[in-house]
Amino acid sequence: MIEAVNTLLLLFMCVTAFTIVRQNNLFAVVMLGSVFSLLSAGMFVMLDAVDVAFTEAAVGAGISTILMLGVLSLTKSRERVTFGTPTLPILLVLISGAVLVYSALGMPEFGSADAPIHQHVADRYIEQSGTEVGLPNIVTSVLASYRGFDTLGEVTVIFTAGIGVMLLLGLRRRTTERGAIEEPPAPGEGHMRHHLVLRVTAKLLIPFILLFALYVQFHGDFGPGGGFQAGVIFAAAFVLYALVFGIKNALTVVPEWVTRFLIAAGVLLYAGVGVASLFMGGNYLDYGVLAHEPTHGQHLGILLIEFGVGTTVAAVMITLFLSFARRARKKT
Amino acid sequence: MTEVMSHFNYLVVVVLMMTGFYIVIAKSNLVKKVVGLNIFQVSVFLLYISMGKIFGGTAPILDDRFTVYSNPLPHVLILTAIVVGVATTALAGALIVRVHEAYGTIEEDEIHRQDGDA
Repeated sequence: MIEAVNTLLLLFMCVTAFTIVRQNNLFAVVMLGSVFSLLSAGMFVMLDAVDVAFTEAAVGAGISTILMLGVLSLTKSRERVTFGTPTLPILLVLISGAVLVYSALGMPEFGSADAPIHQHVADRYIEQSGTEVGLPNIVTSVLASYRGFDTLGEVTVIFTAGIGVMLLLGLRRRTTERGAIEEPPAPGEGHMRHHLVLRVTAKLLIPFILLFALYVQFHGDFGPGGGFQAGVIFAAAFVLYALVFGIKNALTVVPEWVTRFLIAAGVLLYAGVGVASLFMGGNYLDYGVLAHEPTHGQHLGILLIEFGVGTTVAAVMITLFLSFARRARKKT
Repeated sequence: MTEVMSHFNYLVVVVLMMTGFYIVIAKSNLVKKVVGLNIFQVSVFLLYISMGKIFGGTAPILDDRFTVYSNPLPHVLILTAIVVGVATTALAGALIVRVHEAYGTIEEDEIHRQDGDA
């Protein structure tokens, strides 16, 4: 039964990918990309990677799609139609595909417990993390404690991407040729406001989305979840509010200076926990010294850095959305 | 045939990867290239997660009722990779918007042609 679901999901993914190749309508391409992400999230659940599935569903199928739609609203929604298939790319793809198939068949069998990947450090994580870190979710233990440096790097990447998009698109209102400051049209602003059903549903949903984000944030130690997922879900609530009630109203809820401050504050909190553990006599990001008992210190450290991750991710996602939504449409 | 069945996941990964690769090199539309890159990326995620799976194992959340868990390490690596993926997608999107403002098109060959004229 599981095999069948597995195979079916993989086939659906292939069909979606092939359709994306052939589709000329970019709106459809982006939406199919979202479907593709959702299918892969389902696939990750089948492969026991619940945390990954959670992230892929929130990020790949959610925020990525919103951002790509933002790009489309500022550019073109149709691909220029080209006829015939170019031979060189096909040839290149077939050759590299053949090489990859050959090497894939040399890999250890799928699902076997004595593959090399399971022989080294993974066993230690599974056997020791329960006593060393004291959290049921091994993924959170590895992410936030054993590989804390790595995750600090990832958060810095998110931070940098936020800064990059702000530099490229700018958050300031742009002046038109006449010199008057013009409020750029937000996607759907104006007419969305008259959709009663949308407005009421959004109002009902938003508190629950925010509550769910907090649950994912603080329950990540015990079940699937954590700062990355919670941050994205939190931002999704804001994006929904901005889409239905307009950018102006959304900005009165969360002003720009707050999100800008939070982008940096999250990274600072993460790095600050590391510095604190240095001062208390441990290594950088060694949470064991933060409390009187090592596991309590680990719990405290992981809670704090996950909160830092969540803060930065949520603030960056909100900034990304706002940057695209507020960019003035180029007059043509 | 058994060889194919026991490596089915990896073969699908190759197909998806090559589909994404094809979109990136053969299509001239920049938005489509980014979607192709995302497909490529998801295929790599699938490769890592497939390697971590153990038959009869369960999700790596400790509980007294289970003894066999799938490998948590690829999960951690891919979880962060997904979030970095959205960061690169956003940056690519911002660049596309700026390219469109500067050239009035998001087709790669038209951009090259305009550069050639100038």
